[in-house]
Amino acid sequence: MGDVIATNQSILVIGGGISGITAAIEAAECGKQVILIEKEPAIGGRISQLYKYFPKMCHPTCGLEINLRRIKANKNIRVMTLTEVTDVAGKAGDYTVTVKVAPRYVNDNCTACGECNKAVTGEFDDAFHLGMKKRKGAYLPYAMAYPQRYVIDPAIIGSDDASKAKAACKFNAVDLEMKAQSVTLKAGAIIWATGWKPYDAEKIQPYGYKRYPNVVTNMELERMMDPFGPTGGKILRPSDGQEARNIAFIQCAGSRDKNHLKHCSRICCMASLKQTTYLREKYGDEGKATVYYIDIRAIDRIDDFYQKVQADPNVSFVKSKVANITQNKENSNVILNGVNTEGYQRYSNEHDLVVLATGMEPSIPANAFPMKITINENGFIEQDEANGAIFAAGCSADALDVNRAVQSATASALRAIQVVNRVAGMEG
Amino acid sequence: MANTNTVMIEKYRNNFLKEVEANVEEGEWVKMCMQCGVCSGSCPLGPHWDHPPQELFMMIRAGKREAVLSSSSMWMCTSCYNCVVRCPRGLPITHIMHGLASYANKLGLAPKNQPTKKFSKIFWDNITKTGRANELKMGLSLYFMDGMGSGVKNAMANQKLGMAMMKTKRMNPMEITGGHGIKDTGGLQAILKKAREIEDAKLKKQ
Ligand SMILES: Cc1cc2nc3c(=O)[nH]c(=O)nc-3n(C[C@H](O)[C@H](O)[C@H](O)COP(=O)(O)OP(=O)(O)OC[C@H]3O[C@@H](n4cnc5c(N)ncnc54)[C@H](O)[C@@H]3O)c2cc1C
Repeated sequence: MGDVIATNQSILVIGGGISGITAAIEAAECGKQVILIEKEPAIGGRISQLYKYFPKMCHPTCGLEINLRRIKANKNIRVMTLTEVTDVAGKAGDYTVTVKVAPRYVNDNCTACGECNKAVTGEFDDAFHLGMKKRKGAYLPYAMAYPQRYVIDPAIIGSDDASKAKAACKFNAVDLEMKAQSVTLKAGAIIWATGWKPYDAEKIQPYGYKRYPNVVTNMELERMMDPFGPTGGKILRPSDGQEARNIAFIQCAGSRDKNHLKHCSRICCMASLKQTTYLREKYGDEGKATVYYIDIRAIDRIDDFYQKVQADPNVSFVKSKVANITQNKENSNVILNGVNTEGYQRYSNEHDLVVLATGMEPSIPANAFPMKITINENGFIEQDEANGAIFAAGCSADALDVNRAVQSATASALRAIQVVNRVAGMEG
Repeated sequence: MANTNTVMIEKYRNNFLKEVEANVEEGEWVKMCMQCGVCSGSCPLGPHWDHPPQELFMMIRAGKREAVLSSSSMWMCTSCYNCVVRCPRGLPITHIMHGLASYANKLGLAPKNQPTKKFSKIFWDNITKTGRANELKMGLSLYFMDGMGSGVKNAMANQKLGMAMMKTKRMNPMEITGGHGIKDTGGLQAILKKAREIEDAKLKKQ
């Protein structure tokens, strides 16, 4: 690792989520030189924030660990974190890519001992925990972060905390003089895997996210389930810190909706079905989940999963898009109002907590790509000759679950390999 | 006019959706409904409808012609547009409701004593006379909509409101003699007559 030389025969992978990681490993294991670029201080992407994976209900950390081992074992991959692409010039087989590397203020002497973290005091919202928890200004992005190296928040540079962090480090790893740098890289092909971000639930006005404390998103629920997360693995109501046992899920929250995301994100149905099993895991027969849906889209083999959840007497389904949410002022319970399509009965149902199953939108807005690229009306990258040798992988190509994201990544790796092989053939 | 109904039945035999698409304002949107129900849940008068919009759309698709056209449901729409704003498919639900009501009225199938229907008729007759609403006459026609007895009662009950409106010049007692109007009332009548002719011709062509 680290010996990779960027040439026209190397492959650049942008985005270190499961898709980028997969594409990078597949190409590197075929003997190609790969540079993996990630804008955050650690790779892993959104899956690192999930508690369990459908359909097998294993922990994402497990799959991540296997992949990290493969990266560590492969001398063909170089990982660059805190790095973003600012410009892409050239054509298939001959790209020049300019990237900006933000300072980490910690060099590779770091042993992840954590002394700097103990020394500092200032606290900031922890983005990994979606702001539900605080972290200090010298921190490890998350337990399994790769590289296992601390980061210093630029916000403490110049403050007492910065000097404290430096003083605490026995390995001379804290370097407060680090500057942002611009680096130029060559590549024959580019795999674009910048993934997705959750749709902003605050935009769905009638659901009162941020207005009512007990309206949360599906990603926030994933964080609550983390034993080391903001609630220590408990599903707690933000209003009073009590355990929520009667939980509603609203499907298509901001999806399949011309006022919000037009597309179906495909995974939200499965994500909610999965999350109903979290309730069973926590409370056994004492938990109650109600899923409000337009139609459940559990595709092909994961229909089994749906059937199992349907058989659970503690999970009920209401065929209805909830019209709006109000709040019981006395106990801060949420009240879901609407009309049930199966019989057209009006309901106002009270729950302890409601989870908005928000969908995925491309992490990069349509006008923010550093190069010309064909995108569809939902902002996902289309396969197009005009894109040259820039291939989208995973959720930058479409809203996908991990299984499909990984398939997409492998396909992109193959396309990229074909291009650099052609270059190799010509260059001899 | 009663004839038009039988003509339509003949013409669209078993395909009420087609009939709606061809004859009801914005009717071509009906098939876009995905039955999510957000319209029904968002309607402030929802509890008072026999069939909320989502159900009406399904009934249209199911060919329940009688039930839909003689329903009082679409007459309940107050044009608040809450449903239109929230509909994930962008259906102009308010317009469709008015379209359905107006079509039912044309065919003579609308419920006889539906108050909104009566009000619409009163309003239309009032405003088309001079091109301006005559508040006084409209108020009186509304009060006496259901006969003399309830009319006097209504008028008494709303006396204060009437006085306040006069005080603030929102209503003029002199309007009883005819009231204000636009410059070219004749022109307006001609426009309306022509519009009616076009509409009638459209129906006849069926
Ligand atoms: C609530 C919820 C639950 C889910 N549960 C499951 C599940 O149980 N099972 C399952 O199969 N799927 C699940 N998914 C879907 C899963 O999260 C995605 O399939 C997966 O995250 C896709 O990975 P990705 O690498 O394509 O994108 P991401 O995970 O988004 O990774 C993209 C990476 O690119 C980086 N990046 C972004 N922009 C730039 C840039 N400009 N430059 C450099 N790097 C950049 C990001 O920091 C990130 O590391 C769930 C989704 C949701 C919303």
